[in-house]
Amino acid sequence: MKPKVVKDYKFPQSKEEMPFGPGSEAGVLIEVNSGWRTFRPVIDHEKCIKCLICWVICPDGVISKDTPQLEIDYDYCKGCGLCAHECPKKAITMVKEGENNEQC
Amino acid sequence: MSSAKTNKRFLSGDEAVAFAVKLSRPDVIAAYPITPQTVIVEKISEFVAAKEIDCQFLHVESEHSAMAASMGASLMGSRAFTATSSQGLLYMCEMLHYVSGSRYPIVMVNANRTVAAPWNIFGDHRDSLSQRDSGWIQIYVENPQEALDVTIQAFKIAENPQVSLPVMVNLDGFVITHTYELVEIPDQETVDKFLPPYQTTNKLDFDNPKSLSFTASPEWQTEFRYQQYEAMEAAKKIINQVDEEYGKIFGRSYGGLVQEYRCDDADYVLVAMGSVAGTTRLVVDKLRAEGKKVGLVKLRSYRPFPKEYFQDLGKKVKAVGVIDRDISFGYEGAVYTEVKAALFQPGSQVKTLNFIAGLSGRDITKENLTEMFTKLEAIDKGEKEDEVQFIGLRWA
Ligand code: SF4
Ligand code: SF4
Repeated sequence: MKPKVVKDYKFPQSKEEMPFGPGSEAGVLIEVNSGWRTFRPVIDHEKCIKCLICWVICPDGVISKDTPQLEIDYDYCKGCGLCAHECPKKAITMVKEGENNEQC
Repeated sequence: MSSAKTNKRFLSGDEAVAFAVKLSRPDVIAAYPITPQTVIVEKISEFVAAKEIDCQFLHVESEHSAMAASMGASLMGSRAFTATSSQGLLYMCEMLHYVSGSRYPIVMVNANRTVAAPWNIFGDHRDSLSQRDSGWIQIYVENPQEALDVTIQAFKIAENPQVSLPVMVNLDGFVITHTYELVEIPDQETVDKFLPPYQTTNKLDFDNPKSLSFTASPEWQTEFRYQQYEAMEAAKKIINQVDEEYGKIFGRSYGGLVQEYRCDDADYVLVAMGSVAGTTRLVVDKLRAEGKKVGLVKLRSYRPFPKEYFQDLGKKVKAVGVIDRDISFGYEGAVYTEVKAALFQPGSQVKTLNFIAGLSGRDITKENLTEMFTKLEAIDKGEKEDEVQFIGLRWA
């Protein structure tokens, strides 16, 4: 499930709107970080046994188990590949972005 | 005149700081002992054990942890205090930047001591001056009384919403930390009025969750750095204001960023930080009695640096000598560089010399200081002198 965006973030438009020091209201995901990604994890649901190792291991918590099949939120997945590396069933493949275009 | 009820005690500089900390009612103190700061931590421990200070006293395993713990306390909205010296200050260096960049108004007392090698536990300013760019306000005091007064002032300066920066109060190792003199201790009630509890929105709060000390991308880092720059500029005014207000209430003030002594019509001026200012006053009096137009500028605030003051001084005097208890190898004394840069304005004819003295606890004597004034007069009269001079050097 996609994280609930509590509030739309608006970047400061003036000096007065700057936060005081590097701190701001919590619960706001400021930017999608999918731009960091070179490789995209793709789950083969035929192979997946739902052991949830990937769900635990994902450093960004972007794998959701609340849907019938595991789902990766590609807006926030940074493409680190830990999930693919740890999957005991080799059910996750890292696919180069821009190649083999699967819709995300 | 002072309206405060007072109580005089025979105290060392370290003990005076401990009394100031007690009066400032910090919520959290995290410190690791190091000579010559140790007595501060010992005395505070005694106060805490006797329940004379109501605070969390964290016995941490290192100076890095001391600063990290103080930062944790400050981000919970607590008033935090720590103290260190020399190698300890260098060990917490990484955290100094974290604290100032996150705008936490922590107060730290640094007992100035040189840094190894050669190993030596005695005083000079090489420890704190090496942290010039850490984003901390740095104030240098002259004696135990000023150490007490400025430690209390430091919380008020740091916590001012226009400033919100950490403050490092520097006192010379041994010469101030371990020297006893009569110190006036203000009463709690008056200090409470001068320094109300710390209030901030820059803190973690269950009802108002925040993400603090976050990452800023290249697109945004400059704006946060500009905020720090502006806060330091604002601190110039606030340091002066707080010192003035303190003077009205407690009867003692120190001139804010700088304190002049007999500079009004002076031709030759020495700039000094810390305890040597006291000896310099005596020498100024003696030379004045002989008809020499000499004066002292006690530089109290190294950061923010009173640039405007020195720009003005450069137009008034003939020669300025800067005493550095420090040397920046490959250039000159760190204080000299700053003073000189501000003094030389277009049209200014002022001559300057840098006196490297008092390294690693070596005394700066009245004779040394007289010699410095003599050299200032000499360059003014056209004699050649080396710009950077090591005072009392056995052989060159
Ligand atoms: S680790 Fe592999 S098998 Fe386990 S849930 Fe994740 S994708 Fe499925
Ligand atoms: S690639 Fe990394 S970030 Fe993306 S789902 Fe896998 S573990 Fe999470």
